[in-house]
Amino acid sequence: MDAASAAETLNKDHLMGIGNARKRKEDPRFIQGKGRYIDDIKLPDMLFAKMVRSPHGHARIKSINTQKALGLPGVHAVLTANDLKPLKLHWMPTLAGDVQAVLADEKVCFMGQEVAMVVADDRYIAADAADLVEVEYEELPVIVDPHKALLPDAPVIREDLAGKSEGAHGKRTHHNHIFTWEVGDREAADRVFGQAAVTVKETMTYQRVHPSPLETCGCVASFDKVKGELTVYLTSQAPHVVRTVVAMLSGIPESSVHVISPDIGGGFGNKVGVYPGYVVAIVASIVLGRPVKWVEERIENLSTTAFARDYHMTGELAADRNGRIKALRVHVLADHGAFDACADPSKWPAGFFSICTGSYDIPAAYARVDGIYTNKAPGGVAYRCSFRVTEASYVIERMVDVLAQKLDLDKAEVRLRNFIRPEQFPYRSSLGWEYDSGNYPAALQKVLTAVDYSGLRREQAEKRARGELMGIGLSTFTEVVGAGPRKTCDILGIAMFDSCEIRIHPTGAAIARFGTKSQGQAHETTYAQILATEIGIPSDVIQIEEGDTDTAPYGLGTYGSRSTPTGGAAAALAGRKIREKARKIAAHLLEVSAEDLEWQGDRFQVKGVPDQAKTMKEIAWAAYNNLPEGMEPGLEAVEYYDPPNLTFPFGAYLCVVDIDRHTGEPKVRRFYALDDCGTRINPMVIEGQIHGGLAEAFAVAMGQELVYDDSGTLQGASFMDYFVPTAVETPYWETDYTVTPSPHHPIGAKGVAESPHVGGVSAFSNAVIDAFAHLGVTHLSMPYTPWRLWQKIHDLGLDKRSG
Amino acid sequence: MGDKNVLRFTLNGRQVEVLAEPRELLVHVLREQLGQTGTHIGCETSHCGACTVDLNGESVKSCTVLGVQAEGAEIITVEGLAKDGKLHPVQEGFMQEHALQCGFCTPGIMVRAFRFLNENPDPSDEEIRLGVSGNLCRCTGYQNIVKAVRYAANKLKAARAQA
Ligand code: FES
Ligand code: FES
Repeated sequence: MDAASAAETLNKDHLMGIGNARKRKEDPRFIQGKGRYIDDIKLPDMLFAKMVRSPHGHARIKSINTQKALGLPGVHAVLTANDLKPLKLHWMPTLAGDVQAVLADEKVCFMGQEVAMVVADDRYIAADAADLVEVEYEELPVIVDPHKALLPDAPVIREDLAGKSEGAHGKRTHHNHIFTWEVGDREAADRVFGQAAVTVKETMTYQRVHPSPLETCGCVASFDKVKGELTVYLTSQAPHVVRTVVAMLSGIPESSVHVISPDIGGGFGNKVGVYPGYVVAIVASIVLGRPVKWVEERIENLSTTAFARDYHMTGELAADRNGRIKALRVHVLADHGAFDACADPSKWPAGFFSICTGSYDIPAAYARVDGIYTNKAPGGVAYRCSFRVTEASYVIERMVDVLAQKLDLDKAEVRLRNFIRPEQFPYRSSLGWEYDSGNYPAALQKVLTAVDYSGLRREQAEKRARGELMGIGLSTFTEVVGAGPRKTCDILGIAMFDSCEIRIHPTGAAIARFGTKSQGQAHETTYAQILATEIGIPSDVIQIEEGDTDTAPYGLGTYGSRSTPTGGAAAALAGRKIREKARKIAAHLLEVSAEDLEWQGDRFQVKGVPDQAKTMKEIAWAAYNNLPEGMEPGLEAVEYYDPPNLTFPFGAYLCVVDIDRHTGEPKVRRFYALDDCGTRINPMVIEGQIHGGLAEAFAVAMGQELVYDDSGTLQGASFMDYFVPTAVETPYWETDYTVTPSPHHPIGAKGVAESPHVGGVSAFSNAVIDAFAHLGVTHLSMPYTPWRLWQKIHDLGLDKRSG
Repeated sequence: MGDKNVLRFTLNGRQVEVLAEPRELLVHVLREQLGQTGTHIGCETSHCGACTVDLNGESVKSCTVLGVQAEGAEIITVEGLAKDGKLHPVQEGFMQEHALQCGFCTPGIMVRAFRFLNENPDPSDEEIRLGVSGNLCRCTGYQNIVKAVRYAANKLKAARAQA
């Protein structure tokens, strides 16, 4: 065996480091029912809370009568806005610079809005009592359509903002207007459009959806009156930020606030924000001096916490006759609901939407996003994507197809003609991003070969001739993930870095703690692999902990695929600090100078003398008893990592769909997903993340939608109506990869778990629309339910033909 | 509210006795009275299957069964799958094939898979998909769940051949 493959064997097989498909460290507890999720937490004397919610989309509250509820045996309190007012907690800041009513203050602005909280001995009594709270409403006119919200005489949704012409993101021009965000050079783009040989334009709605993790949101708040300490267990993807916010709102010193995220049953962006239920449960615990548990029901989850998308977009491309794109223009009407409770970095009201030039070298671009209030649930979170990247990717991937159709060019060919070329990296986009690395043509070519693309197109032509509907959808997306850097990204003023703290014990085992928080992404497994490779001790003896803000170093949490780009980088650099100290200890033990040593994966060896070496295990022991003069004992390191840039994972996806022209039923026959996330830490985990993200993309494209009627009533917010595919509908996934490391990340890794969602949605969409492309169809709105597709088929008269 | 009744049943091979209100759901009896929190709750409309338990040899959604209906029953939950410190092949399969991520759906799906393989010891992939279609998973995209059930089927088959 040569040296390189020996090192590889040591790293992968012995240490189970980077590259090993190691089984998950989390699994033994989960497969034996020993996970500890929020609703599993039971404290002595704990009470249960239940929200009373508005049945109306927009109404004035005339009175709230809590007498009957309070009269029910077992009920301890019913809190309303009036109880929170003396504490100044009836409103709270949102992450987006807006404020949100914690409990409705005189009026409700969306169906399901929090009006009162009942606290009782058990959840049954709490539910009974919630029904006994009598609220008298006077209904007001409702606006659910963002296009109508800006009409001069549209109802005023946010009376609390009366007279405020300046919002957190600049001027407000109308009572239902939140912000206008512009990026790019409008004049330059307009000039190109004015002279272009070809232009295309398409309007498209990215419907309102919900991340709906299988576990809903919840918390257990426990205030200790004697010590003046508050402990909050909650389903948070960002527990440190919650601690800071709770300390700021409550006035309790941050050192006396203990926030703990236990095991989390999926997040997908749903568990980033701070919700009224958490706040009122905390107040209830402070008031009553007893622990209070509040856990959402599914219907509450789907109808109140954290919707995503609701972007109404118009995309335009200017190109030459060969399909070379010269300019892009995008306009978005962004429906944020009744409060702007988007979970984006503070200075980014439309998140990273400016990644909408995608994988293409587009010389001129301009994008504008107008944020609007409507009488719908608040939010605008990143559902399995970096902030608004899914929307951005969708508009460009759709527009490239529209352009190809207009020019009668092949959809793969148009992409190849416009890709940023490998030699252009690092690449600065016309909307200001510096793409770190990529090789787009190689990725797409690999997919086209693997699926026999030209064979598929031939088959499609034959099918079309027979009147059958077959679509081939491509998506060659680029994401931007891993926020910071600190200088551009913050949450409520806290810079977006992340952290790792590691301690090596005398026996050579270790514990490492992080500021991120897994919700199923296997951090306990993969962070240990990074550390194993960096430090040279087996990942099996490296314990990873996250979520307890008392013990973990401060961090901004897990969303926007930021754990590997930031926490993973922090792990690598903390590991290197350990190794540097270890080198000095080894030099001391071997009585040579540190420069005479070389790192061998798990030991320091005197250069060229293999039997003169000290393993990390030996060095760890020495760190506690035999150190060089003047060195402090122990072997520990901490790293707060401020990324120099974001990372830009990419992929090439291809979807083949057959649509039954009599029933409208779409059947995904094939889905081929090639991802490039740079260095691959655990191939098994990556593949699992890809499968999961694709399934969620399938759900969004094929069935998910939160629909409001004109009265502001949400039409179906349970798993009865809101589409979550089962194993039967979910397609079979084929995965593939290329590796283009990130040049600025310590181990070359990028984020991965959101790529399949970002790239997947447009691949499904492009496939379905491609099935109708030969009939002049350039766009169809998601979700592609059989009913919706059948209507199109019927309009086109396709179902009438014989055969 | 009603008076509490004494309720007796067998849970994972052990006789248990609890006081429960007539309206109390089985899932709450298991989780809150008996502290068996492996069985989860993901909805209130009987759709997600996170609460699946085995009741008298059938998979049921314990959020849709009253505690009192379990009087005298034999119940198996995720906590009862492993025997004598040895994982059940279904559990082993889930770990080997990476069939779980957040783990919230996992107990319900495994308990269902356990019963399903009794009903159909040699299923096709399609039959597996149908067999677990009462259970939703938001994380895995199901493909590895199918593999895990297949893994367990093979392992159980091999054990039967040995016996
Ligand atoms: S909890 Fe969802 S089916 Fe029982
Ligand atoms: S593993 Fe998270 S819901 Fe299935």
